Amino acid sequence: MLDWLAQLGRHGLNFFERLGRGHLLLLALLRGVPGLVLRPLLVVQQVYAIGVLSLLIIVVSGVFVGMVLGLQLYNTLVDFGAEASLGPVIALTLVRELGPVVTALLFAGRAGSALTAEIGLMKATEQLSGMEMMAVDPVKRVLAPRFLGGFIAMPLLAAIFSLVGVYGGYFVGVGLLGVDEGSYWSQMQSMVDFDDDVMNGVIKSLVFGVVVTWIAVFEGNDAVPTSEGVSRATTRTVVHSSLAVLGLDFVLTALMFGVD
Amino acid sequence: MMQVRTVEIWVGVFVAAGLAALFMLAMQVSNLTVVGDDQGYTVKARFENISGLKVRSPVTVAGVRVGRVTAIDFDPQTFQAVVSMRIGAAYNQLPLDTSAAVLTSGLVGEKYVGLEPGGDMEVLKDGGEITLTQSTLVLEQMIGKFLFDKAESGKE
Repeated sequence: MLDWLAQLGRHGLNFFERLGRGHLLLLALLRGVPGLVLRPLLVVQQVYAIGVLSLLIIVVSGVFVGMVLGLQLYNTLVDFGAEASLGPVIALTLVRELGPVVTALLFAGRAGSALTAEIGLMKATEQLSGMEMMAVDPVKRVLAPRFLGGFIAMPLLAAIFSLVGVYGGYFVGVGLLGVDEGSYWSQMQSMVDFDDDVMNGVIKSLVFGVVVTWIAVFEGNDAVPTSEGVSRATTRTVVHSSLAVLGLDFVLTALMFGVD
Repeated sequence: MMQVRTVEIWVGVFVAAGLAALFMLAMQVSNLTVVGDDQGYTVKARFENISGLKVRSPVTVAGVRVGRVTAIDFDPQTFQAVVSMRIGAAYNQLPLDTSAAVLTSGLVGEKYVGLEPGGDMEVLKDGGEITLTQSTLVLEQMIGKFLFDKAESGKE
């Protein structure tokens, strides 16, 4: 019984320790970001690794998500004779929800896991402590550029996802199913609001970008420096950041669209 | 390690594509293109009933969107709804005796304000008021009226 209690306490303490280390790291990262103005190349390389290399999966998923939305919604809407609303429904779902959320989930799987594995391996092979020996701060040199790179890449990826999805829906709805082209765009333009819908989607993707890269960088930096530890950390990155994205999405949606 | 220049070019392409996507979302998908709110003029109209009309609802003439509803207030003296509309500067030729009606696009579509130009030589100015108005048709009242009429005619 006492053992069990002690175990529970240890888990609790571990949890809070990790939470505290995570926030300390976030503070250190934020402090390291302004210094990157002097070394933009480090950030550019990370935007390339995180953003450009994720483009393929984002564009392809965007097209298919848009096309599936087109097919599914058309079949539902045509029963009510409301297939002209296909455009606004697709655009609103993508811009408000699916764009930021699906991009963030793919981003966690594609870029977040890579970040954790990279940083974890750097730690396991003692590159990070090597840097410290040379009086180079690994937080500023290695972690902050990755953090900033993810923060820059995520909203851009989400915007591309939404736009490509709208065109995917256009391809299926107008091209294959025969929805009127004019009503697809004009209804979309009259229903979708820039401030309320597009900007809120951008804010969501910014928040998700911060959370996913923060978790990825922290897990990498906090990994047990063995091959097993790195693999565990990578798994945790994907699981925790996906859960955080989905949970935060509910909170953000409630804040943005729930209270009217 | 790839050439630094290639990386830079790719990142440039990526950032440009992302910003272009955002720009397209603003222009093509959302309604940012519609007459800017800064330019234009505001007119008011009083309605008996505007149920379903919202701020930012479209204002149209002959089905063409010319502006938006900017504010909806209640006049406690006359118990009427006061609807303020911002109309684009390009549409400053509306006659003074233009009439306004709250209409519905389709049977269950959104509510909008339809303007019907009159024949006056003078035009509506900023802060002007549209006096000829027609309230929204409330479906429940219409059905009630219809049933009442049926019952009345059935008696004779």
